[in-house]
Amino acid sequence: MSAAAVERIAHDYLEVRGLVVDFDGFHAVDGVDLTVTKGDLRFLIGPNGAGKTTIIDAITGLTKATGSAVFGVELLGMATHRIVRAGVGRTFQTASVIEDLTVLQNLDIAAGMRRRRLTLLRARKSTPPEVTAALETIGLAEHADKRAGTLAHGQKQWLEIGMLLVQDARLLLLDEPVAGMSAEERQQTGELLQHIAQTRTIVVVEHDMEFLRSFADSVTVLHQGKVIAEGSVAEVQADPKVIEVYLGPSETFAPAAERPPKERPKVTGPSRPVATAPEKFRPPRKITPPTGGADA
Amino acid sequence: MKLVWQSKWTLWAGLAVAVIAVVLAPLLLNDFRLALLAKYLCYAMVAVGIGLAWGQGGMLTLGQGLFFGLGGYIMAMHMKLADAKGGVPDFMSLYGTGEVPIWWEPFRSPGVTLVAIVAVPALAALILGWAVFTRGVRGAYFAILSQALVYAFALLLVNQQQTTGGTNGLNGFKGFFGLALSDPANKRMLYFIAAGVLVAMVIATRALMRSRFGELLIAVRDQENRVRFLGYDPAWTKVFAYVIAAVFAGIGGALFVPIVGIISPANVGVTPSILFLAGVVIGGRTTLLGPVLGTIGLRFVETQLSETYPAFWTYFQGALFILVICFLPQGMASIGTWLKWLRRRREVTA
Amino acid sequence: MDAAIAQLIAGVSLGSILLLAALGLSLTFGQMGVINNAHGEFMMAGAYTSYCVAQVIPDPTWALWISLPVGFLVGGLLGLVLEVALIQRMRLRPLDTLLATFGVALVLQQLAKDIFGPQPVYAQAPGWLSGPVEILGQSVPATRVFIFFLAIFAVAALYAVLRLTPLGRQIRAAMQNRDLAEASGISTRGVDHVTFFLGSGIAGLAGVAATLMDAISFNLGTGKIVDAFLVVVAGGVGQLKGAIIAAFGLGLLQAGIEYSTSTSLAKVLVFLAVVVFLQVRPQGLVALRTRSLA
Repeated sequence: MSAAAVERIAHDYLEVRGLVVDFDGFHAVDGVDLTVTKGDLRFLIGPNGAGKTTIIDAITGLTKATGSAVFGVELLGMATHRIVRAGVGRTFQTASVIEDLTVLQNLDIAAGMRRRRLTLLRARKSTPPEVTAALETIGLAEHADKRAGTLAHGQKQWLEIGMLLVQDARLLLLDEPVAGMSAEERQQTGELLQHIAQTRTIVVVEHDMEFLRSFADSVTVLHQGKVIAEGSVAEVQADPKVIEVYLGPSETFAPAAERPPKERPKVTGPSRPVATAPEKFRPPRKITPPTGGADA
Repeated sequence: MKLVWQSKWTLWAGLAVAVIAVVLAPLLLNDFRLALLAKYLCYAMVAVGIGLAWGQGGMLTLGQGLFFGLGGYIMAMHMKLADAKGGVPDFMSLYGTGEVPIWWEPFRSPGVTLVAIVAVPALAALILGWAVFTRGVRGAYFAILSQALVYAFALLLVNQQQTTGGTNGLNGFKGFFGLALSDPANKRMLYFIAAGVLVAMVIATRALMRSRFGELLIAVRDQENRVRFLGYDPAWTKVFAYVIAAVFAGIGGALFVPIVGIISPANVGVTPSILFLAGVVIGGRTTLLGPVLGTIGLRFVETQLSETYPAFWTYFQGALFILVICFLPQGMASIGTWLKWLRRRREVTA
Repeated sequence: MDAAIAQLIAGVSLGSILLLAALGLSLTFGQMGVINNAHGEFMMAGAYTSYCVAQVIPDPTWALWISLPVGFLVGGLLGLVLEVALIQRMRLRPLDTLLATFGVALVLQQLAKDIFGPQPVYAQAPGWLSGPVEILGQSVPATRVFIFFLAIFAVAALYAVLRLTPLGRQIRAAMQNRDLAEASGISTRGVDHVTFFLGSGIAGLAGVAATLMDAISFNLGTGKIVDAFLVVVAGGVGQLKGAIIAAFGLGLLQAGIEYSTSTSLAKVLVFLAVVVFLQVRPQGLVALRTRSLA
């Protein structure tokens, strides 16, 4: 087998073994095994605090974890930007695009990690082909020169997915990609994900059961940091354990609308143990003179 | 917000005005005023660097005096040694052992001096930047560390009187690379050098801001952690901008010495380091020309006021910091936004 | 052996001075994320308070005992005014407060210069503090012992307020989760006022203590603020415990290096030590560990 073929196969699946995330004695993720292959659009579901997002955080180096997570190489213990360079990309619950830059600039930066350092010092002369392609795929071509901060919520989510495409992530970890989208946008997003899943490995954390039923190839159910079921949508739905701990004894899948809204801090917060002034602020006053953004 | 460097028109207009001003100034100003203007230009060099590091990169550096001082003292050491014609600088025989310390020796060479003026601040910024940014130290922590560093530096200078001139600093220079400083023609030349260097810095900064690096720097400023997930190590982006800012400050310091004729701890300490920010604050931290114009304007006012009303000048400066930071965080560039906001509000109420 | 004890005592003494200067800063920085560059000038205000009190009350002992609470009050009120007038408007831009409060520092320094003149003044220390005290065979100035106990007292008092009073509970609640505290009916704005009053008051207290050792001048705070900042950074934001350990740690380190070199070199080396230390623990000595992650 050629080296290239080995490389390709190695990147066909994500393999997580015995993943444990320990928050001061509390095991937010408690020995999770997870194997996701290319072409399988995998959904992670579970009640609040089940550890879904924490798993993604652990795989992407945002949270310290023990065990193993292999995608071509062992990811645990690597710096976040190296994990990304190994082909892993993620999105966040709160769409986090760079608001002060345009859509095009956002995508261009995402495309740039493989550029040689010195070429960074040159201005962009033309739009790189992968950026053009991504603009088409995510349907934002006409908004290319808009500031990303002015996009609608759903468009920001698409932009994030587009950024993953141009950075050529082969493993996409998407955290609630359709939260806050209209039915039509959900449909479009689902189709987009199915299309992408043909060539890449995708894991989706999602609460929206309608969306899950329409697009999931397979589902992993988490509860209190452990995997309690795995299989097709139908299999999981029929699993008595899932029905008991997740859905309640006599219910079927609850519609998304009944779920309490969930808040989670944005990625810009003190997300890793870094030395920075604590960010504890009050919401802005009602009438604030414009300050022009960039308050560093 | 409109980004000034993105508009070609503004740049060319600005450059044209700058060139005209540079050429006209020696015709309109007497030698004393021209030397003052040259001094302001040195401060403006520091400000351009601060605009890059703080305005674009979000690194509030309160310690640019360190790099200003490194560049300045290196230049001053060379000039002292050159004045002494291979001998011992006057103040050393006065306060010290009458021997030139070994770390002064390299600066006898004009070539080494010129390289060191760029390389030493760059290296210092590289090491410090690497040490703090790769570990995610930022925001207030970085500001405090940069301030502590410049505090320690000034303290060190004061306490090494035999080798640094102590509180008096280094002064009383006669020549500048073989040219007599007493000759007004040479003073005028120094002014042109400072103006040329400053224009070059502004152009270089503009190119940097328009490059992909510039976009990345803004991304790092606004969403440092997000940038990690795009496959970049944000630390090196910051280190690079910080090093550039340090080099600008170092060159500014080096030119300051022959123009003003002195460098002392009073030019590089904690307070002067924060005052380097004043022009940037007023001109608009995220603009390209704001820091330059703000610094030159403010220093001009300082000269006018502080001679006749020194106390009033301090109050004025304090009030400026308070009011501008609080109400016009983008400096003069905020005013346009404010007016727009007021107009919109009037339309809504009308 | 004697040398080691001498260094130990010098270090603890230096540490308690650092602690007094940094304690209030640690509270305001940790609680509100605000870096008050005028903290040193609040110390200066405390010091001049001591000078003024001494003008009115001729007996140095009485003057000292009265200066301490009055200095606290003066510092605290200055802080309260600053918080209400400026800092609470800039809640969303904590880094900018650093520069705005620098402006305040400039104004306060100039005010002091205009009122008291540019020359340093002195407040006479009580007679019982003038001599040395014998500790472990070492003779230590009594003022330093007094400052040590004052620092201990300030820590104990602050600790008691934070741990034992309903007010302290509110402060800690607002510190840990501002939104939740607000939702539970705590006026976080009010908590901010009180926090800033306390923190700045301690600065005033530290200023009174400083008069026992140094001359009182308009730039008394400039040198002290940098040291205090370093203590807070090394100790970890918002951590009283961290600030205490860091103050004494840096004090001992400084005294140890000073012994074999000079004061200025020791300061430089202590600074470098803090940078290296932050390489190992970027969050400071005592880090807040939370579950709130991105």
